[in-house]
Amino acid sequence: MARITIDPMTRIEGHLRIDVEIEGGKVKDAWTTGTLFRGFEIILQGRDPRDAWHITQRICGVCPTSHGHTSSMSMDDAFKVKPPDNGRIIRNIIEGAQFVHSHILWFYHLNALDYVDVVSALKASPKEGSLKKVQAKLKSFVESGQLGPFANAYWGHPAYKLPPDVNLIAVAHYLEALEMQAKASQVSALFGGRMPMTMTSPPGGVTHVPTVDDLKNYLFRVKELQAWIDSVFIADLLAIAPFYLGAAGVGKGPANFLSWGVFEDASFDPKKRLLPRGAIFAADFPKVHDAKPEDVTEDTTHGWYKNSKPLNPAVGVTEPEYTGYDTNKKYTWAKAPRLQGKPMEVGALARMVVAYAAGQPTAKKLIDYALGQIGHPGNPAVLFGIIGRIAARALECKMVADSMYQWGIDLIENIKKGNTAVYTAYEIPNKAQGIGLWEAPRGALGHWIDVDGKKIKNYQCVVPTTWNVCPRDDKGVRGPIEEALIGTDVHDANKPLEVLRVVHSFDPCLACTVHVIHPESNRIMDFKVS
Amino acid sequence: MSKKEEVSKQFLDALEFRGVKRRDFLKFCGATAALLGLSELYVPKIAAALEKASKRTPVIWINFASDSGCTEAFIKATYPSPAEVILDILSVDYNETIMAAAGKQAEEILATAAKAGGYILVVEGGVPTKKGHGMIGNKEMLDVLKEMAGPAIAVLAIGSCATDGGVPAAKPNPSQIIGTGEALKKLGINKPLINLDLCPVNPQYLIGVVVNFLLLGKLPDLDSFGRPKMFYGQTIHDNCERRAHFDAGRFVEKFGSTEEALNYCLYKMGCKGPMTYSACPKIQYNDRTSWCIKAGGPCIGCAERGWTDKFAGFYEPLPGVKIPGLGGVEAGADKLGAIAAAATAVGIAVHAAATSASGRTKEEKGGKK
Repeated sequence: MARITIDPMTRIEGHLRIDVEIEGGKVKDAWTTGTLFRGFEIILQGRDPRDAWHITQRICGVCPTSHGHTSSMSMDDAFKVKPPDNGRIIRNIIEGAQFVHSHILWFYHLNALDYVDVVSALKASPKEGSLKKVQAKLKSFVESGQLGPFANAYWGHPAYKLPPDVNLIAVAHYLEALEMQAKASQVSALFGGRMPMTMTSPPGGVTHVPTVDDLKNYLFRVKELQAWIDSVFIADLLAIAPFYLGAAGVGKGPANFLSWGVFEDASFDPKKRLLPRGAIFAADFPKVHDAKPEDVTEDTTHGWYKNSKPLNPAVGVTEPEYTGYDTNKKYTWAKAPRLQGKPMEVGALARMVVAYAAGQPTAKKLIDYALGQIGHPGNPAVLFGIIGRIAARALECKMVADSMYQWGIDLIENIKKGNTAVYTAYEIPNKAQGIGLWEAPRGALGHWIDVDGKKIKNYQCVVPTTWNVCPRDDKGVRGPIEEALIGTDVHDANKPLEVLRVVHSFDPCLACTVHVIHPESNRIMDFKVS
Repeated sequence: MSKKEEVSKQFLDALEFRGVKRRDFLKFCGATAALLGLSELYVPKIAAALEKASKRTPVIWINFASDSGCTEAFIKATYPSPAEVILDILSVDYNETIMAAAGKQAEEILATAAKAGGYILVVEGGVPTKKGHGMIGNKEMLDVLKEMAGPAIAVLAIGSCATDGGVPAAKPNPSQIIGTGEALKKLGINKPLINLDLCPVNPQYLIGVVVNFLLLGKLPDLDSFGRPKMFYGQTIHDNCERRAHFDAGRFVEKFGSTEEALNYCLYKMGCKGPMTYSACPKIQYNDRTSWCIKAGGPCIGCAERGWTDKFAGFYEPLPGVKIPGLGGVEAGADKLGAIAAAATAVGIAVHAAATSASGRTKEEKGGKK
């Protein structure tokens, strides 16, 4: 039996360590470790609550906007303030642009190198001029002997299945995608000032008043993104998928899915969000359960915190205590969140599966189309695993970009009718509590705020990657990534490419995961459920 | 312009062959010249300097206690694009967010680089000093910095976490995170250090420093905080596109109002631009799409040391304390530092009071509501 440690795990956000035990060429057991601890909730205590949406954006530089919006929503809830319709739409737009950026970046720059052999692209025989140029550029790059970020990788590993010509196209699109993710972020900046760290979505709505120039600019930028997603992103997904269909079923995990829902509907009903709220248990498809924050507990049995029984985050008691790495005892800074006691996968696959099961027409159409293309019509269960996570992100990216165009039209229609309000003023109450439940590109995100004396008394976040990357709980049940790794083939223990694939499929973001702490007995009680 | 200074046709042809469009390359050089405050005459010089650099300068980029926001900012750069930076200008040998290698193979890259030396060390994120609070490859982050800073040519601390610990080092600093400068001091390592305060870093600052280095063979002039004067020499207020409204006493009093639609000054909404030294209004963000104040977001002062605590209460107007005789004083941060900032605040208070007295605003004496 061989034990492999992958530390640092790269092409993710943040600091992650993966340990796997291999027997007979397969993963027999696995442990995931968050290795950095910050401590945002303590920092937030005693501050002006309106600062929280800026500070919490710094929890994650990849999905700052999601944290900012969730924070502002927790205050909208606490302060009893409802953003005007244009405020709702512009928040959706800024968030949507971040989703598009994040999914492009993940697909091409974080995940693709597990499937695309960059060196093999040198053997391609391109006929088309632009591809010839890319190949020449790649050749001169490789011949320079300075491989930069492509050095020392697993090139030539037998798990790479694409022919050289497809590898070359993917390399060309890797470079193109770098430009497109930057363009998507420009859309966030158009309404938010800059990206990362947008500036215009405090509680009450947004502070950006859109101009005619913004709207024109916006629609044409979104059209460019849509065209690229359809003709390149989705096309690449469908071109690459046939070579990796053998991986269907790999990296399945617990097949419990949670989505708090994202992209607010005019009704502010979370079940009517573009990607609706709901949960699915044990691959029991298409039965959608209500997802309620009061069903969440967090367990610290294997995290570097003083032990307590599993508690709801609203009444959580947690004290950090680093005791060294020991997989039998404590081995990570992540806590173990559970919904109704179960580990839950979160992210694009969870959202798309919940949306599909809930009958969201666009999600259903896109998933049915993709299933037909890969030869599994009418069988969405085939998506539970690494292939499904990849497909879900690409399809969701298209769904969001297409919706963004419509949101622009909705905004214009409102303005045409003379409805130009973007912000609702409010007074900060002396005492108030609120919850924001939303989605980051990586999955379900919740912020809980407790205000006393117009200052933050307590603040709590339960973030996407904590759900995915968490350790075992008090019953010894593994976290979703740990579980998904079990049974994975590992061809060469020195080059554990297959392990990387499973971990990357969850798009881990560790900055989010390990900042969550409470120094003393922090109690947040009697929350109204949003 | 002499012939020698012209970019050789051969070089441009070679670039074009490598997939870099001639127009884009010259646009990049032009943008860089503008960024560095140089005349257009320098464009061929910049191009020539890059042409001469036969070996791309190696970069080791390490994330400590960060949220990777600066890596994210970097990949939003334009002219040059991140692809051009990675393929044509620098050799980014280690960056955990984008590198293909992982685990053992990634550690090998670090070990090889530390042996060879001669790289620019880019530090993103502060350094936790509490045991076990920040580990890479089972090593304390402080030890990783020690190993990698020694052999580096220079250290570039990008973003406020790297310069002073940033947001996670705000009170009460639960992981006892320190900035790169302090960490190097603690380790007894003496290296040229450039601080690019901002949360997140403006990618054009980062690239400007690198190109300045490649072009002139030296690091830029720094202020007393170790920040390049070319980017931190003036306040946001100095160059703000809404400055005329401030001078005329026209202020936004409510978000989303008619005054906001007219782009009036955000000072009363808590804008920290008058006390914040950064070229944000000139260079902007995301291919100059926008920047905070342009979009209607009051500046939170994230280019200043200790901004999370210093400017806490981001939506509260800067305190205006009247001290006679100092009104209107403004000076570079390198000379007066905090004193200048305080004097600037005074200047504003006086200014706001004056405009108010002259009947151009209805209320507000520059202080809190």
